[in-house]
Amino acid sequence: MSSQLLDFEKPLIELEAKIEELKKFSKEKGIDLADEIKTLQTKSETLKKNIYGNLTPWQRISIARHPERPGVLDYIKMLFEGFMEMHGDRYYGDDPALVGGIARFNGQPVTVIGHVKGKNTKENLARNFGMPHPEGNRKALRLMEQAEKFGRPVFSFVDTPGAYCGIGAEERGQAQTIAASLTRMMTLRVPVIPTIIGEGGSGGALAIAVGDYILMLENAVYSISTPETFASILLKDSTKAQEVAGVMKMTARDLEGFGVIDEIIAEPLGGAHKNAPEMARTLGKSLQKALNSIKKLPPEKMLEKRYEKFRGIGQLISG
Amino acid sequence: MLKDLFRKPKYVTVHADTVRKDIPEGLWQKCPTCNEILYSKELEKTMKTCGKCGYHFRMGARERINATIDEGSFSELDADLVSANPLGFADYPVKIAKSQEATKLKDAIVTGEAVIDGKPVVIGVMDAGFVMGSMGSVVGEKVTRAVEKAIAKGVPLIIFSASGGARMQEGIISLMQMAKTCGALAKLNEARLLYISVLTDPTTGGVTASFATMGDIIVAEPGALIGFTGQRVIEQTIRQKLPEGFQTSEFLLDHGFIDMVVPRMQMKNTLAALLDLHTNGGTDNV
Repeated sequence: MSSQLLDFEKPLIELEAKIEELKKFSKEKGIDLADEIKTLQTKSETLKKNIYGNLTPWQRISIARHPERPGVLDYIKMLFEGFMEMHGDRYYGDDPALVGGIARFNGQPVTVIGHVKGKNTKENLARNFGMPHPEGNRKALRLMEQAEKFGRPVFSFVDTPGAYCGIGAEERGQAQTIAASLTRMMTLRVPVIPTIIGEGGSGGALAIAVGDYILMLENAVYSISTPETFASILLKDSTKAQEVAGVMKMTARDLEGFGVIDEIIAEPLGGAHKNAPEMARTLGKSLQKALNSIKKLPPEKMLEKRYEKFRGIGQLISG
Repeated sequence: MLKDLFRKPKYVTVHADTVRKDIPEGLWQKCPTCNEILYSKELEKTMKTCGKCGYHFRMGARERINATIDEGSFSELDADLVSANPLGFADYPVKIAKSQEATKLKDAIVTGEAVIDGKPVVIGVMDAGFVMGSMGSVVGEKVTRAVEKAIAKGVPLIIFSASGGARMQEGIISLMQMAKTCGALAKLNEARLLYISVLTDPTTGGVTASFATMGDIIVAEPGALIGFTGQRVIEQTIRQKLPEGFQTSEFLLDHGFIDMVVPRMQMKNTLAALLDLHTNGGTDNV
């Protein structure tokens, strides 16, 4: 059981604690409470399904941002063999908010890139909360072009509130690095398979999320900005994030409806952090399946389909 | 009496969005940087730039097209395209209707075929007066179609950007327009056709992070605000004052992100000279 609980899980946790208490009591005193325990257990199962089966968008955001949620480094350990991290953008620096490298996926050499958030404050400071600087985007693009040179498929894992904003990021061309990635990824002649694993925020997320087949974990979110920024811009009040979360249509189900993502990956009950190995197994199977089907396409066809996917997104009334 | 002293003064809210601040109206205009009083007729002659200090007022899309192309050469593309409301955001259609009325435009960009100094081009001009010049489905689609038209005709593409970024009200759909427009530009690259991107005040957010910074040649008007994140947000994030001239055209020139800063009065000649070096959209040189 995870140590960090979310607000909406409280009733469930309380019930589970009660069951444990009864079990202990029954054992110590030698009183048979099996019936009572069973009733409570049934109640707990129903409650579990009710809570986790009817998550509000905001609750999903809390799961997506859970500090113990598996990140790209966890998936690298669980799904890829012999990962070798590569550093630096060859222009300015190395960005710890975005990692990349080469590994084997079910035996095949592949390139892996992804945003890294910290699991605690210290790590978060070191990883800049998963918000890449221009160097991170340039490193990602460099590694993707290297993957193209050597015919390696690219797996990207998106988990960022957004590209970092600051003086240095602007001075070193944050916007330009994103635009360059979007443009180049559209013509990359190897399969590119992005997965939204946690938070997909804004241009920072999109900069590594242009690809052939886009997967998204059930409780991940993907949006034009964080709900906090959205509320701050449109309602001039960032504390209204919870309110706008539903309006923004940022859940996997919403995005599948828009045609923005291709497949939703089911998470263990309560979220990926409740059972990371199970999450990795499910994701691994879908990644392999996606790769197999893309590999069947001739490169020209693959690129045409990739372009058409994005070309078709937009909601217009006339024309 | 004494009570009145402590009473909180009441203020009346004046809605600024009913007046377009960027279009000078009336006989006289005051330059916001040097305070020079400018006669509106004179301002027309100087293409809305201050005769004293060179300040560039914002310019609407139609005016800009007229100031840039050969007279009578414009034929508009996709003029009727209007956005749907993908998020079902209650205020959005109202906001669109207001902007349409104020600007007489359908959305934040006008695209078309035109001729500049005798050379055919496809041109797109954004209008910052339309929902902050933000990019939603319509801007994304019209930019993409403009690129496709340039490819079909084998002519250069020129886009004047003026935008607050991706349009929040269309959510993720707006974000995807960044990938869509960049994808189209990748095709323009394959066709080896010239794309000149002109950045005007303001060019920020998702537009800067997509087609605006992908020009073969990137030109900016003097003093334009150009960047990724808005200054208020940066200040709130880093909790420090931003340096003088941060995110201006000149700042971007210094940092190597644009090719040149060109005053509006010289823009047409500059574009003409660049087009002249790229006969048949640049394909003749290959």
